[in-house]
Amino acid sequence: MAKATIILHSGDYDKVYSALILGNGALAMGMDCSIYFTFWGLQRLKKGQLSKGRLSNMHMLGLGKWMIKRRMKAKNVASLERLLKDYKELGGKVIACDMTMDIMGCKLEDFEPGIVDECGAVGTYIKEARESDITLFI
Amino acid sequence: MTPTKDIGITVDCRSENCPIPLIETRKAINAAKPGQVITVIGTHPSSKKEIPMAAEAMRLKVLEVSETDGVWKIRIQR
Repeated sequence: MAKATIILHSGDYDKVYSALILGNGALAMGMDCSIYFTFWGLQRLKKGQLSKGRLSNMHMLGLGKWMIKRRMKAKNVASLERLLKDYKELGGKVIACDMTMDIMGCKLEDFEPGIVDECGAVGTYIKEARESDITLFI
Repeated sequence: MTPTKDIGITVDCRSENCPIPLIETRKAINAAKPGQVITVIGTHPSSKKEIPMAAEAMRLKVLEVSETDGVWKIRIQR
């Protein structure tokens, strides 16, 4: 089956959106999908942290993010929590970078339960990426 | 074999934004039995062309794409 493999390196609010929208889009269009959460992206998997990232641009001490969130709510854009839940429900795979876990001193139990499918490193990514039709670094 | 009346599955995505119509359509396709018809209604403009694209990518038959007063309707056969 066709496959998409995405690396989420950024923990920025808007970039987590990009990764989850693309992942869900791939699954919805009949592909398999894996998202590798690494560095700042991995921090977003910690309990209660999914939507806690700053905006990559115009964050303005939180004012920009507040404005964007308000606009998104008005336009009925789904929350990150819903997008992650849908991603999992459609069979999307979540991989946590174990080197980041080492560096940042986080353990599996720090993450939201039931989200991480496996821990992996560069070899896991390359293996999956070489058999993928789409691969993205966010 | 007794023929059973098939009412199909309806997905109402009106006022939902990207990528929810695609996601909900995919969930309905997963839930449908082979041959069953999925009807999706919605208002998000790009989804009107992307849901048929998704169906075709999964080799499913698109039976109808229509629009009335900004509300589109797509029928897909699993």
